[in-house]
Amino acid sequence: MGKALGLTKQRNLIQFTAFALGLFLLPWLAQHVPYIAHYIDVMVFAGIYSIITIALCLLMGFAGQISLGHASFFGLGAYISGVITTKYGLNPWLCLLMGMGVSGVVALVIGAPSLKLRGHYLAMATLAFCIIITIIFNENLAYTGGPDGLAFIPGMTIMGYPLDSVAKYYYLVWSIVLVTLLLSLNIIRSRVGRALRSIHDSELAASAMGVNISKYKICVFVFSGVVASVAGSLYAHYLNFINPASFDLFVSIKLLIMIILGGMHSLWGAIVGATLITFLSYEWLHYFEEAEGMIYGIIVLIIVIFLPGGLVSIPQKVRSLWAR
Amino acid sequence: MEEITLASQLLQYTITGITIGSIYAMVAIGFNIIYNVTEAINFAQGEFVMLGGLVMVFFRVALNIPLVFSLPLTILVVTAVGILLDRLAIRPIREPSVLVMIIATIGAAFFIKGAAMFIWGKNPFDLPPFSGRNPITFWGAVVQPQSLWVVGFLVVVVIVLTLFFDRTILGKALRACAVNPDASSLVGINVKHMVLLSFALSAAIGALGGIVITPISLMEYDRGAMLAIKGFSACVLGGMGSFPGAIIGGLIIGLIESLGAGLISSGYKDAFALLVLLFVLFLKPSGLLGSAEVSKIRKF
Repeated sequence: MGKALGLTKQRNLIQFTAFALGLFLLPWLAQHVPYIAHYIDVMVFAGIYSIITIALCLLMGFAGQISLGHASFFGLGAYISGVITTKYGLNPWLCLLMGMGVSGVVALVIGAPSLKLRGHYLAMATLAFCIIITIIFNENLAYTGGPDGLAFIPGMTIMGYPLDSVAKYYYLVWSIVLVTLLLSLNIIRSRVGRALRSIHDSELAASAMGVNISKYKICVFVFSGVVASVAGSLYAHYLNFINPASFDLFVSIKLLIMIILGGMHSLWGAIVGATLITFLSYEWLHYFEEAEGMIYGIIVLIIVIFLPGGLVSIPQKVRSLWAR
Repeated sequence: MEEITLASQLLQYTITGITIGSIYAMVAIGFNIIYNVTEAINFAQGEFVMLGGLVMVFFRVALNIPLVFSLPLTILVVTAVGILLDRLAIRPIREPSVLVMIIATIGAAFFIKGAAMFIWGKNPFDLPPFSGRNPITFWGAVVQPQSLWVVGFLVVVVIVLTLFFDRTILGKALRACAVNPDASSLVGINVKHMVLLSFALSAAIGALGGIVITPISLMEYDRGAMLAIKGFSACVLGGMGSFPGAIIGGLIIGLIESLGAGLISSGYKDAFALLVLLFVLFLKPSGLLGSAEVSKIRKF
């Protein structure tokens, strides 16, 4: 069974099953512990961001390409779903697919020239893209409702059953997280994954070995853009309201922080980071709202200086300290 | 009442463009100084400008210290922040790869911005202009005297920096680090000190920009990001690492933005500088005055 899913090492299969089981049981647990009852709501957002960060981690941690523009793909998915379901009443799932298509094309158009750039230049190109998209969201009042946002977006239904409770949405979102995780784990273990890692280590050496660098970089970029768009659609249908501020540069940077916090080279780290930062911004910062920026800054600096491998590298560090 | 002709409108936009372009040029110069020595982009550069404005507001407005003293005092304070940035955020990093540096400076920028919001709140602040608010009119366009100060300070900065880099030992040491840090340390230049100096200089220039633009366009805690981005656009347009390029790039971006906002659409104002950036990055990343070698061979 493990082999069928692509999880070959036994440890991975156990890890994955344990994780899935834990996720499955969480709403039941929350029902019985009143203090964390509303954590399920936050977990939905954590799941949505996890979807993005897993794919982004593939791009940044494995292929080594910096993108400061993924909030825009997130936003494209959300707005396409939102606008088309509110203005034309089409099925949300259809709109989700349309969002994926559009995001894919945009990612291709932006990615092809951008991924020729390296390092800082790539970061700035994706940053510029992000801001331009935000401005477009803000200015096109007729379609997007401008800065005031777009409201009354309908919820999702699965084959006629409306997803009208938080717990149902939780299951939907985290199922998609698990699917994305599986997909990404498989990509890493495949030829594509090895090619990506070779590109990350040395583009020169990789191309000398015959790896088609542009193709792989663009593929991962488009993949991550499409995945982000799915997350965006889910977000729109859950919250039933979106506005451009949820998809701006700050959010792009937050995604980066999530990955760094969890561990740039680990897909599990992406989930951990996304969940922690989501809880931070939706729950725990209620008392320190004004210090949100400062706290993110401190987190980044601490991780970069003291724990470059992110939180998932802690067990390894503890082990190595213990071994001395 | 005087008729507003297209010519006078264009002139007005040009004046605004040159004014704001000078600020972008100063930010771009700051980027270049740090980039030349460390090959890193300091995303917190815009925050120095923001701090310059807000700290000046504190000294000049809250404490009522006269301009002549509050200006150098502000520059000192912001330079101290720049030094702290290097010491606390940049120097401790053990493996300075491109991604790590970008993230570290972004983290620092966030922190500075958050601290500014904490201290000054979210409202914009005003500064009394250096020589009054009586506008000078000519040919149908209006120039605020403060604009002349802005351009004037840019010229002063350029002259001082050129003299510094060409005529002083310290300046030459900085340039040596830019060319080859290992060789520089072999001849006895303390590269870490040079990095510190580059951050201090960038902070000072950024602060000056912030001080001098606040009387015109006010200053609030979150201006840093857009200033940094546009300053970077100017940098790339002019050619990364080139001082004349920074100035030309800054002025061009300022003009494009001002003319675009006036003639095409003011909602998309910020997009113009960014479109220019994308254009340059996609077509000629070495910029107008930079060399192709600088952008490609330099390992990122």
